[in-house]
Amino acid sequence: MSRLQVVSGKGGTGKTTVAAALALALADEGKRTLLVEVEGRQGIAQLFETEALPYEERKIAVAPGGGEVYALAIDPELALLDYLQMFYKLGGAGRALKKLGAIDFATTIAPGLRDVLLTGKACEAVRRKEKSGRFAYDYVVMDAPPTGRITRFLNVNDEVAGLAKIGPIHNQAQAVMRVLKSPETAVHLVTLLEEMPVQETADGIAELRAAKLPVGRVIVNMVRPEVLDAAELELVRGTARSSFAQTLSAAGLGGARRGGHAERLVDPLLAQAEEYAERYALEHEQRAVLGELGLPLHELPLLAEGMDLAGLYQLAKELRKQGMS
Amino acid sequence: MSPDAERQHRISPARVLDLDPLLDDPATRIVVCCGSGGVGKTTTAAALGLRAAERGRKVVVLTIDPARRLAQSMGIDSLDNTPRRVKGVEGAGELHAMMLDMKRTFDEIVEAHADPARASAILGNPFYQSLSAGFAGTQEYMAMEKLGQLRARDEWDLIVVDTPPSRSALDFLDAPKRLGSFLDGRLIRLLTAPAKLGGRAGMKFLNVGMSMMTGTLGKLLGGQLLKDVQTFISAMDTTFGGFRTRADATYKLLQAPGTAFLVVAAPERDALREAAYFVERLAAEDMPLAGLVLNRVHGSGAARLSAERALAAAEDLDHASDRPAENLEEARIVDQEDGKAGVRNSPDTDGSSGSPTSDPTVPQLTAGLLRLHAERMQLLSREQRTRDRFTALHPEVAVAEVAALPGDVHDLAGLRDIGARLAAGRPELPQTAEE
Repeated sequence: MSRLQVVSGKGGTGKTTVAAALALALADEGKRTLLVEVEGRQGIAQLFETEALPYEERKIAVAPGGGEVYALAIDPELALLDYLQMFYKLGGAGRALKKLGAIDFATTIAPGLRDVLLTGKACEAVRRKEKSGRFAYDYVVMDAPPTGRITRFLNVNDEVAGLAKIGPIHNQAQAVMRVLKSPETAVHLVTLLEEMPVQETADGIAELRAAKLPVGRVIVNMVRPEVLDAAELELVRGTARSSFAQTLSAAGLGGARRGGHAERLVDPLLAQAEEYAERYALEHEQRAVLGELGLPLHELPLLAEGMDLAGLYQLAKELRKQGMS
Repeated sequence: MSPDAERQHRISPARVLDLDPLLDDPATRIVVCCGSGGVGKTTTAAALGLRAAERGRKVVVLTIDPARRLAQSMGIDSLDNTPRRVKGVEGAGELHAMMLDMKRTFDEIVEAHADPARASAILGNPFYQSLSAGFAGTQEYMAMEKLGQLRARDEWDLIVVDTPPSRSALDFLDAPKRLGSFLDGRLIRLLTAPAKLGGRAGMKFLNVGMSMMTGTLGKLLGGQLLKDVQTFISAMDTTFGGFRTRADATYKLLQAPGTAFLVVAAPERDALREAAYFVERLAAEDMPLAGLVLNRVHGSGAARLSAERALAAAEDLDHASDRPAENLEEARIVDQEDGKAGVRNSPDTDGSSGSPTSDPTVPQLTAGLLRLHAERMQLLSREQRTRDRFTALHPEVAVAEVAALPGDVHDLAGLRDIGARLAAGRPELPQTAEE
């Protein structure tokens, strides 16, 4: 099991949720995981219903079995100051640089450098050891940028190689790439059973593979339960409306006569069944497309009550059950 | 706001956003669709463009990163950064569509503003290459730049713009300023003209800071990069005469009358939270917000039947089909003994001679239909809750709701259908209260 788990996905697929659930799932049996956020959206804080996360590793959840989940929102500016402090003991000069806009320049404007700092911080957490020699974190889970940008984000070496040909940033990029391209890392993609996210997932995987980044698994999120299967949907189409009206009536939902309560339910219920059938067929196609990617597939259910902390634990349990942790 | 108006807002929380008058008004020259990723922003922009065109306007739609099939549906799957006329548009108007190629747009600016020798020096600079393709704000900046160009050509009477799926709501408003202020900023001046500064009295302190800083940056990034940056900046600087001016012009264009912002969202918690940020940010920047487009709203023709009741009935039917030997009539009598009879309508007696459901699968199928309905009703109430939260925060924002489609859009007919749904403003809304 790779120690750096990177979670990406198209916008709207719930990648932050999946990353958080994975961090919980991996914090099994006394293990310690770090969940990192790199886009400054404070999605983790919202998910765990806590205040905005500072640039500081802090415990945000306890997993069943005594494991712990820590969280960190990486701020590229602070990461750079951190880094300067570590290597150059800059102290107050760092603040002066910030005033001049140099930090802003280096982190926001100079492309690639920002990403080196973000991935670098995550890699540092992966490799960090305690005095006892044990790793500080058993796993680091990264809530990464969306699928469309993930390869560029992780492939910092290419980005930076053309820019910083020598110097510490260059060395840093090299070190980061060694971790990212090793089996120590796995990049997972979150998708929905819809055409656009599935297409983007397929494209994303091709890009990751071309960049020789280790692709992990595909997680299909928000999967709706199968209420009626294809054969049953066929039977629904072949059944007389009056039979449904009578059965609904028998179940206590009103009269089956024309205009009766049960009778008036039949059309809208059949219309909903048609919509379901259409979606079912589409989902079926998309599952087949995902199946051809040749990667392990996991499915997480849509939570009827919406996403909350309890739901997060439920998804973590589901991931654990499916052998994702 | 007058007390009366305030009261009215409380009474009818979400005003309906009427899009046709907005699209028809010749004074409307730019419509900007913004919102978080995955909410159907691009599709909304395309559907609005098509609708405006079919209502007689000459429209261009600027999409940023359309899904392949959406692009194909408008015939713009070749990415060449110029508007192409969309075939198959009905009515007197015209629809043109284009996909933004940010690198190409950036290159064009350089080519247009620099002499050939300088342009090729800039285009070949590694720092430029990275900036034009990868800078987190470049896409936003170039979208705005392209918008300015399209507006300046004045060939269309309506421009509909899609915005990049930004990391956060703030990016696309900030990017022009950020890139502008970066290129015009103090740091850049320091990097490009250290000798000039050093020569002036009273700048000694700054000079010390500066040389230490360039030294540090040089150490950190490698000297080559710093040199690349310096040559890039000086080349850009002399040819451009200020990115900030351009950025300011774009910004003013967005604030001007004739621009309308539409915030696009789906009735999901995160998307609506982002939408609320957008609404607040647009207000803070004096950007004219027309309203919220809420995509993928679900409805039900049987909303009077609650999820709970549908599930209970489905369970009744399961029990009935578990016992094939008994008929439904008996099952119902058993249930009535449970004391539920009071809440029920009188059972049907019309045409019930013989067994009405001799096919044993019918109760099972009916139970399935009821479960689907229960699922739908749970979804409706979840959507309603998130929508109510948004409306409570921003009662002033008019909302157009678009009913969910089971699949994606693949052709103009699909876009036309969405346009009609957008203009309707409100699909057959669920009645949440049970009769």
